[in-house]
Amino acid sequence: MHKIVYKKELAPKTVMLKVEAPWIARKIQPGQFIIVRLDEHGERIPLSISGWDAEAGTLRLIVVGVGYTSNKMIALNEGDSILDVVGPLGRHTHLPEGGAAVMIGGGYGTGAIIPSALEQRKAGRRVVGIVGARTKELVLLEDDLRAACADVFVTTDDGSYGRKGLVTDALKDIIDNEDVGAVLAVGPVPMMRAVSELTKPHNIPTMVSLNAIMVDGTGMCGACRVTVGGKIRFACYDGPDFDGHLVDYKELTMRQRTYLKQEAKAMEVFNRESAGRTATP
Amino acid sequence: MEAKDLTPRQRMQIPRQSMPEQKPEIRRTNFNEVPLGYDEQTAITEADRCIKCKVPHCIDGCPVNIDIPGFLELITRGEFAAAARKIKETNVLPAVCGRVCPQENQCEAVCVVGKKYKPVAIGRLERFVADYERTHNLVVDPVKPKQTGCKIAVVGSGPAGLTVASEMARRGHQVVVYEALHQPGGVLFYGIPRFRLPGDVIKSELEYLKKMGVEIHVNTVIGKLATPAELMKDMGFDAVFLGTGAGLPRFPNVPGQNFNGIYSANEYLTRLNLMRADRFPEAITPLHCGKRVAVFGAGNTAMDGARTSIRMGPESVTVYYRRTREEAPARTEELEHAIQEGVKFEWLTAPLEFYGDDNFFVKGARLQRMKLGEPDESGRRRPVPMEGSEFDIEVDTVVFALGFGVNPLILEAAPDLKTNRWGIVEADKETGMTSIDGVFAGGDIITGGATVILAMGQAKIAARGMHNWLINKKGLDMPRELPPESATHAKSKTAKV
Repeated sequence: MHKIVYKKELAPKTVMLKVEAPWIARKIQPGQFIIVRLDEHGERIPLSISGWDAEAGTLRLIVVGVGYTSNKMIALNEGDSILDVVGPLGRHTHLPEGGAAVMIGGGYGTGAIIPSALEQRKAGRRVVGIVGARTKELVLLEDDLRAACADVFVTTDDGSYGRKGLVTDALKDIIDNEDVGAVLAVGPVPMMRAVSELTKPHNIPTMVSLNAIMVDGTGMCGACRVTVGGKIRFACYDGPDFDGHLVDYKELTMRQRTYLKQEAKAMEVFNRESAGRTATP
Repeated sequence: MEAKDLTPRQRMQIPRQSMPEQKPEIRRTNFNEVPLGYDEQTAITEADRCIKCKVPHCIDGCPVNIDIPGFLELITRGEFAAAARKIKETNVLPAVCGRVCPQENQCEAVCVVGKKYKPVAIGRLERFVADYERTHNLVVDPVKPKQTGCKIAVVGSGPAGLTVASEMARRGHQVVVYEALHQPGGVLFYGIPRFRLPGDVIKSELEYLKKMGVEIHVNTVIGKLATPAELMKDMGFDAVFLGTGAGLPRFPNVPGQNFNGIYSANEYLTRLNLMRADRFPEAITPLHCGKRVAVFGAGNTAMDGARTSIRMGPESVTVYYRRTREEAPARTEELEHAIQEGVKFEWLTAPLEFYGDDNFFVKGARLQRMKLGEPDESGRRRPVPMEGSEFDIEVDTVVFALGFGVNPLILEAAPDLKTNRWGIVEADKETGMTSIDGVFAGGDIITGGATVILAMGQAKIAARGMHNWLINKKGLDMPRELPPESATHAKSKTAKV
């Protein structure tokens, strides 16, 4: 059992949790992820890590309620426990040296780029951050990112905060103004795809972190297989980071939709369950 | 007539006792166990068929050298729990092995009765006594032996890991087992379906191990949390056993193999067996099982995939294999069970391409007929495509059971570990030790994919090798142990006529 020792709401349906997992917290490196299973009937879902405290033995997670399990997870409170936490899985993020590193986060992905940003900065590199969101209240972890980056640019689709536009608009300006040696993008697939399309003609090495559907997370089942450069790779084992210029995004997007019907049914169960909880005096 | 008075000829003339099973039309609708097991009288009658050979070949036929005549004799006397304990002297998982071992290629293949009649049903009797002991609550807690002070780590809790754990605990070593999944048992749990091996059976054998003092830590990915070297250097383990199996699925490398609804057998079976997708949404892991299921491959894993699919209630389940039934690696019993349950077979057929619909779900496949050519390096006749024989099928769920590679996760964490060109770990045949001093290996990680009992046999060798290695290394005041050849016949003294 892994106790939740801290919870903070960051935005609607978006929370930061700190969860006890001492061994993982001692070993995890930027880019690696974990798999959690909340309870006996739960599914195994992969989650990226937005930080850790090796001394306190905790992992910091950003969880956005999108499906059954993530919604159930954001409803947990301090003192509650998660049944299974497995990790660290996947590989340490590797970014080529030279020039500035641009870290781009969309949604939950903003959390995921922070450990890499800190690591790059610690290595003496100029690190620039970009956070994108639909609207102001969904901009996550701006302060954390500012602490890890020399500069941070915020974009919102509706212009309610920062620059009106997409992360690629901000990225375009950075590329025009300075020597960018590497880009790391973590977030929704369309965002990672757009970033990769922008950097490709500039030959800027671009890594993207792929959130494929997973089961075991150790390379055993192949659920998370993605096509990169025409070859099958397992996101859990070979990734989650891949060369953004080689990823078959269409396939990834379609594979992520495998269980849309079942997810809708699971959400009905979730809504029934939470209605039941509120009805109980 | 008292059984004891039977002559060998009379014993051999007793017909092999059949084991009742759920009827195919019923069992294909549920996940309950298919064979229902012997009752007491049937077990005694079957055990009476043993003619108590002076040189019992069955013991040598068993990869873990169970004293088979010894436990059969106890059954004939009605001492069922004692029979179970007799087996446990050499095999800590009798209820598992009685169910999943290919006895027809092992102990029963060399049974002397089987030369003229049908062999003694050793597997069914092993299962009977183990179940009897468990269901009658007669399992006696193991006596904890004097502790040696040595501590060993076992990586992987499948058949090999659990066997090493029990063997080492019995010799007085402290054992910690690390399992990457949330449930110990490895392939016994995630791979083999419940209707062949109920979860309760595994859980009860795991309980017994824990009572022997074995610690089992789940959710622990060795290779990521610690390397084998760190286990020994930083965590105080004197030796390490690697039993991480061969869980790397193979895909056929044809166009369209990534459409939704196309699974490796590992994923398909893990979703159903470990995650209980059959109970969705009560258990929340989903599965896409459509109306027409195609399984590629004809090994035991393919049969598990096909028979599990049947239970999900599709219109059809068809197994496609590029060779013929003769070459199919599955046990005869598994093939027969599959056929009885309505699984269809298309031999000499291989996939060329898969087609998808607008939502990226598989909707069809182009297949090709094969013929058998010259034998390949495995000795089996190589399948050769027949030109112009291509044809299309409609399908909405595909399961690939095309064999496994060795999962590289642990290999990457131990770069000094010597492997062959297929990534299979090299281990000494007599000691199980790898190229790294103090690191032993067994099971599918050294074979690339075999059976539960072979993994257990190798695990026993590795346990003995590890024990002897520890005696040397730590200067333990214990006798070195010899391989069982010399011990085999001495053990069978209870079976003398």
